[in-house]
Amino acid sequence: MNPVTYVRAASIADAVLMGRENDVRLLGGGTNLVDLMRKGVETPSRLVDVTALSERIDQADDGGLVIGAAARNSMVAAHPLVRFRYPMLSRAILAGASAQVRNMATMGGNLMQRTRCMYFNDVTGARCNKRVPGSGCEAIGGFNRYHAILGGSTACIATHPSDMCVALAALDAQVHIAGPDGDRVVPLVAFHRLPGERPDIETLLDPAEIIVAIGIPPSSFARRSAYRKVRDRASYAFALVSVAAGLTMRDGRVDEVRVAFGGIAPKPWRATRIEERLRDVALSASAIQAAFEAEFAEAALLPGNGFKRGLAERTLSAMLVELAGDAQ
Amino acid sequence: MSITVNGLDFPVPVDTRVSLLDLLREQMHLTGTKIGCNQGACGACTVLLDGSRVLSCLTLAVQADGRSVTTIEGLGTAEALHPLQAAFITHDGFQCGYCTPGQICAAKAMLDEVAAGMPSYLTTNLAADHITLTRDEVRERMSGNLCRCGAHNGIIDAILEVAGAEAKGLEITGGHRS
Repeated sequence: MNPVTYVRAASIADAVLMGRENDVRLLGGGTNLVDLMRKGVETPSRLVDVTALSERIDQADDGGLVIGAAARNSMVAAHPLVRFRYPMLSRAILAGASAQVRNMATMGGNLMQRTRCMYFNDVTGARCNKRVPGSGCEAIGGFNRYHAILGGSTACIATHPSDMCVALAALDAQVHIAGPDGDRVVPLVAFHRLPGERPDIETLLDPAEIIVAIGIPPSSFARRSAYRKVRDRASYAFALVSVAAGLTMRDGRVDEVRVAFGGIAPKPWRATRIEERLRDVALSASAIQAAFEAEFAEAALLPGNGFKRGLAERTLSAMLVELAGDAQ
Repeated sequence: MSITVNGLDFPVPVDTRVSLLDLLREQMHLTGTKIGCNQGACGACTVLLDGSRVLSCLTLAVQADGRSVTTIEGLGTAEALHPLQAAFITHDGFQCGYCTPGQICAAKAMLDEVAAGMPSYLTTNLAADHITLTRDEVRERMSGNLCRCGAHNGIIDAILEVAGAEAKGLEITGGHRS
């Protein structure tokens, strides 16, 4: 690991000021960053510990929630407001990592975590366009069981590893950002970007900016929502496919529906085509299939990850049928 | 600048790159905490940080500045076993024993989490404030600790015995119920 200095930010202004220098990384729980530094993927010269910033979980004026970026994942998952009003979010957080990791990991850090693509993490053994732009991608012609079928590019097919962000995408969460040029709020679904020709640029966060909070609006469907994760072992593994879904019915037809996928794309994948096609229709097997096919029409299936298309369809279908049954 | 380990204060290492795991093992010679994968995949390095279970391999020692760490050496001794240690012996919760300190630290915090009503991915009713600790719940909650000898069934038996004893207010010491 390269030599690195460590400072603690006492305030948002402090963090923004300290973060302006070159080669700085903001440190949350460190559960991803410390590992990446040890592997040589990340080589910052300075760490700014931002865990002293807000970790509050408050009800917002509009009836939604505001969660401080320094809140630990485990505290958010266990918080009564989250458990009662946004069970999908609790379930998604609890589906991720292990209790030890969730106890350290912060909300902001969860958004900023990097892909677990094994080629990205293999500094000495593999080429990677995300790690070294222009060097090549070994996943596309290599072992790609864990890689993207939607949203990838000829430069990169790495997936975003977060479970929590999949639920946040379905819940229309907002990312509150502070920076030297002021504050701004962006939708979570716009926060992460697709790789295109620059897979090294993963979010729209400027290097001098900092995530200060996650906002979640009030929701009519969130109480009747679920998160399901399919993986190679029953626990403590990244998703092959995960689905966050919320559904309300009216007179036998779909009233509100929200769907987001994890494990299949370089960012949390909000399935707007599925939502548009299912709204106001009776929830039949053929309607679900047609909606799914619209969303996955451009799926790029490789030898290692082609199974994800069918797996995603079956997982979504099972969840919607279950949620519709509850909603009658 | 100090870290409290098992009740005693130690200075924070000058080199910021030192992990909490390396501080414990290499500088303080508390070798009960084990180094397994050193990348957050196995749980062998689990310790308690202000009472919560964390992975000491993924924690820089400087992150623990001003905080309190408990290792396996702080939970029990050969003369005065922690109830979980006694139960692991009774139920053959190990073969080689390498993962055991991490398992026991994780189990200690896990039982505290259950007592505090914290849900897991398997908790059916997220609105409930009482957790029923089933076998599957223990498996899910302990999934961050791998045992390559495959002693997981004994580990779960041991944890369930202590959980049951705690629920009934019994005390287990030295491998015998009192």
